[in-house]
Amino acid sequence: METFTTLTGRAAPLLIPNIDTDVIIRIERLSGVPRAELGRYAFEALRYRPDGSEDPAFVLNESVFRGAPIVLAGPNFGCGSSREAAVWALMGLGIRCVIAPSFGDIFYGNCVQNGVLPVVLDEPALQVVTQASRADRTVTVDLVQQLVSVEGSTPLPFEIDTLRREQLIAGLDAIDLALLDLPAIQSWQNADRARRPWIWSPVRK
Amino acid sequence: MPKTLFDKLWNEHIVRDLGNGWALLHIDRHLLHDLTGAPVFAELAARGLTPPNPELVFATPDHAVSSAPQRTGHTFAGGAKLYDALRSGAHATQVRFFDIGQPGQGIVHVMAPELGIALPGTTVICGDSHTCTHGALGALAFGVGSSEIAQALATQTLRQRKPRQMRIRVEGPLPPGVTAKDLALHLIARFGAAAGTGYAIEYAGSAVRAMEIESRLTLCNLTVELGAKYGLVAPDEAAFAYLRGREFAPQGSAFDAATAAWRSLATDEDAQFDRDEVVDANEIEPTVTWGTSPQHAVPISARVPDPQAAAAPAMRDEQQAALVYMGLQPGQLLAGTPVDWVFIGSCANSRLSDLREAAAIVRGRTVAKGVTAWVVPGSESVKRAAEAEGLDCIFKDSGFQWREPGCSLCVAANGERIPAGARAVSTSNRNFVGRQGPGARTHLASPAMAAAAAITGTLTDVRTL
Repeated sequence: METFTTLTGRAAPLLIPNIDTDVIIRIERLSGVPRAELGRYAFEALRYRPDGSEDPAFVLNESVFRGAPIVLAGPNFGCGSSREAAVWALMGLGIRCVIAPSFGDIFYGNCVQNGVLPVVLDEPALQVVTQASRADRTVTVDLVQQLVSVEGSTPLPFEIDTLRREQLIAGLDAIDLALLDLPAIQSWQNADRARRPWIWSPVRK
Repeated sequence: MPKTLFDKLWNEHIVRDLGNGWALLHIDRHLLHDLTGAPVFAELAARGLTPPNPELVFATPDHAVSSAPQRTGHTFAGGAKLYDALRSGAHATQVRFFDIGQPGQGIVHVMAPELGIALPGTTVICGDSHTCTHGALGALAFGVGSSEIAQALATQTLRQRKPRQMRIRVEGPLPPGVTAKDLALHLIARFGAAAGTGYAIEYAGSAVRAMEIESRLTLCNLTVELGAKYGLVAPDEAAFAYLRGREFAPQGSAFDAATAAWRSLATDEDAQFDRDEVVDANEIEPTVTWGTSPQHAVPISARVPDPQAAAAPAMRDEQQAALVYMGLQPGQLLAGTPVDWVFIGSCANSRLSDLREAAAIVRGRTVAKGVTAWVVPGSESVKRAAEAEGLDCIFKDSGFQWREPGCSLCVAANGERIPAGARAVSTSNRNFVGRQGPGARTHLASPAMAAAAAITGTLTDVRTL
């Protein structure tokens, strides 16, 4: 997994509340499109007009925000379906960081699993970043120092859980990490077979 | 120290404490479906890994299979590869697979409770956000993404951070015509679609205690639409009675031993929650959504809200966009709005009790001209049980299509979709933009309300029929 330490670039304001993962990537794209090509279909209901042409009013179609690595989002971004393809679709657009007042819980975890940084900022702080971004300034997100900075303003601190921060900075693969625990898992299971025998070997009656 | 149901479930599954509220949790039951489960077999194989406990993993196709009569796993061509990969992956790894046409096939969140796979005191995961459904039986059940499916399949564990805890007590009897679905929509409208973010939610109170298990499954199913990954109801005698004799539940003395353990799971009297809410069940009416978030829900007697009255500009814009998408005007009465489609199905409302509730409204009546109405039973077992009591005939005689089990029109990942611009009343759980097909307009409602809409051809208060 790609590591994440700092990121500097444009931040596209997409501040609609409750953007769900169905809107980020339509479910039909999960069965028909290779993972690496999902970016083309990200936000398709918002990004394209019914005739398939780009809607110039959508923020990621504006020339200054095309390819922006950061998205500024409204509350509850990524709510709804657990589909990890929502994160893959964002990555396909070159997005490595989403800043929002709150996230859907499953989406938040899926971001970290893929090296995408979800940053929680409250509404006033998000306002500061949004205004700077609209005024053509770049935004820097520093995960090591846990700061979001825009030129000419005091850096804005953000909280992130230690374990997730470490996973992102080191680019740790979660399966490799989990495999290290196999001996502990084995001994837990052995004890559990005696403690809760009904859990094990469920067989048709 | 007094503990909540959630505390007890969490503590019982800690393989290793990782500090800062994190734990490596054992996963007792892992459900796989075609859309997110199938690709993970390939990923594991590519890493040279095999599931260490295939006996704890259960697979069935539901998302990307057709619900057309006589269907096979290949009827929807777009899902054929996923179906094949799930079937072959399950066989190669000795994971139990419930195939099309076999008892056990169905929507994962319908088949797992009905087979006794999901049990009180278990951890249950699936690559599907509605896994919170199984919390209705007192399980710690939650949806996960693809990375976590792979981790769980490779190690039978997941790293999780303990959430905050909320309790919602619903007191008093639900009024006539008001179901668990109406209650769930009412809660989402009242507290908001993000209210549960970062929380596990336990439902309690006399209204919840009085609910049948299938109603509790509906209530817990919609917990993720409140923003929470976990929804829970303490397991009680009703849950034990529901599970006794189920195919994969413990049998005989093993069931009695399990029940003794399950009785100790309920929240202790003095346990503290981070947030505790009380809701008066008497206030709740049959509830429908008018917009594009489940929080856009109002009583059927209400008018479409005016976005100008919204508290914040962002909310006003969101509501305005929702009304444009839905083709509705502020202030218009919802009742009487013409509908084109009715869908009775999904992991929210496709169980036998749901079909009975809808059939009671439909019996002896005819689907309104111009309305396309579908019933998609949640599982092969639900379908067979409904047919055994003649529900299929009631639906077919009135003009409904009676179809094969799966996710169908709820998820529109299977070639089945509501046409653009068409207005649907759906018993599913999401009215998101494009959820039931690009441009589809969804009103979420209970099975009885959906049946009433099919008969009158408009959004209708079922209590007036």
